[in-house]
Amino acid sequence: MTKEKKMVITIPREELMSPGHLACQGCGASLAMRLALKALGQKTAVCIPACCWAVIDGPFPYSSLDIPIYHCAFETAASSASGVKAGLEMVGETETTVLAWAGDGGTFDIGIQALSAAAERNEDIIYACYDNEAYMNTGIQRSSATPLGAWTTTTPVKHYKKERKKDIIGIMAAHEIPYIATASVAYPEDLVRKFKKAREIKGTRFIHIYAPCPVGWKSQPEDSIKLAKLAVQTGYFPLFEIEDGENWTLNFKVKERKPISEYLKLQGRFRHLKEEEIAIIQKEVDTKWEKTLKKCGL
Amino acid sequence: MPKNKEVKKVIFNSEKEMPLAPMSIGNMLHNKTGAWRNIKPVIELSKCIKCGICWKFCPDASIDIIDDWPAINYDYCKGCGICAEECPEKCIEMVEEER
Ligand SMILES: Cc1ncc(C[n+]2csc(CCOP(=O)(O)OP(=O)(O)O)c2C)c(N)n1
Ligand code: SF4
Ligand code: SF4
Ligand SMILES: [Mg+2]
Repeated sequence: MTKEKKMVITIPREELMSPGHLACQGCGASLAMRLALKALGQKTAVCIPACCWAVIDGPFPYSSLDIPIYHCAFETAASSASGVKAGLEMVGETETTVLAWAGDGGTFDIGIQALSAAAERNEDIIYACYDNEAYMNTGIQRSSATPLGAWTTTTPVKHYKKERKKDIIGIMAAHEIPYIATASVAYPEDLVRKFKKAREIKGTRFIHIYAPCPVGWKSQPEDSIKLAKLAVQTGYFPLFEIEDGENWTLNFKVKERKPISEYLKLQGRFRHLKEEEIAIIQKEVDTKWEKTLKKCGL
Repeated sequence: MPKNKEVKKVIFNSEKEMPLAPMSIGNMLHNKTGAWRNIKPVIELSKCIKCGICWKFCPDASIDIIDDWPAINYDYCKGCGICAEECPEKCIEMVEEER
C-alpha cells in the first residue's frame, strides 16, 4: 500500500450538495451541480426552473443543496435570477453570487426570451445551462438542443430528429456578454476553474455544461463520464471560453479527433442510424469544429 | 461526514430573524438511496494509488475521503458504476448486492 502518498485533490473538497438526492444513477446533471457549487461556494443563491433539477434537490422542506434555492416557473430562470440579484442589492447584500440553473429546454426553448433580455440588460448573474439534450423531466421529449439523428419520444425512430442542434453559444456571443464558456462533467478541473472565473466577473455570464443522461440517452450509467469525454475528444462538444463576446479561447486542443461513431454507438438513442446517416453527422461535426477553431484563431 | 451535513434545527428568537420566504429545514440525508443499488462498488485499497478520480466523478457525493483514502458511503451509493469505470488502476469492482 502506498501509505505515505497523499490523496490527489484537484478540486475543492467542500461539498454543498448532500447525498440522498433524487437523481437517477449516473446522472451528469447532478455531478454538474456538485462541481459548480464547489467552485461557487456557500455564498450563492440559485434559481431553478422546472427541469430535472427541480426534482433532484428533494421535496420541500428538504433540500440536498446547502444554499438557498428559489424554484421558479419553467421560462423564468434568467428573469427570476435578475430579480433575486436586484432584491439582494436593495438590502445591501452584494457578495452573494446569483446562479440561474436551467436545463436545455428551459434555456434553448422556453426560457430564451428571458435569457436574452437578461443578457441585453447585462444582469449580474451566472446563467448555467446543464444540457442533457432533451426534456428529460417530462419523459424525453425533443428540444432544440437535441442533436441531429437522435431518438426521443417525440422524434421516434422512424422520424428521428432531422434538424441540427440550436447554436446557443452563437446566440449568447451575439449578446456580447462579458463571459461565456462551455464545460463538461468529464473535466472537473476545467469546469471548476470556469465557475471560479465567472464568479469574479460582473455582468451576465453564461456557462453551457454538457451533462449526460443515461435514462434519456439509453446509455449505461457507468458510461456517463466516458461519453462526456468522447464528446470533447470527437469535437462534438468543444471546451472553450469567450470573453466580451469576441475573444475565443479553445481550452482543450484535440490533436486527433476520434470518429463520432465511437460516441454514437454507446447510446441507444442513436442505435437506428445507418452508416450514411452517421457520415452526415460526422460531416456536421467536422464543419462545426473547423468553425470553432477559426473563431479561436487556430 | 462534515458537520454541516447534519440536519439543522432552526430556531428563531424573534420575527425579525425569520426569513421572508419559506426555507428548507434540512438536507436529504434521511433518504438512504443506497437501497436503489443492485450492484455495489468494492475498492481493493492495496491497489489504490489515491488519484482521487473516483471521488471527483461521483454524482452522488457518496465517496468520502477518510484518513486520506477513498471510502464508499453505502448508505447513499446508488451503484451507477462510474467510479469502477473511471478508476485508472481498475481497483474498484462492481459486485452483486446481497440482501
Ligand atoms: C410553462 C410550462 N410548460 C411546461 C412545463 C412542463 N415541464 C416541466 S419540466 C419540462 C422539461 C424540462 O426540460 P429541460 O429544461 O431540458 O430540463 P431536464 O428535465 O431535461 O433536466 C417541462 C416541459 C412547465 N413546468 N411549465
Ligand atoms: S432523467 Fe437524466 S437528467 Fe434527469 S435525473 Fe435522470 S439521469 Fe439526471
Ligand atoms: S480511482 Fe481507483 S486508484 Fe484512484 S483513488 Fe479511487 S480507488 Fe484509488
Ligand atoms: Mg434537458
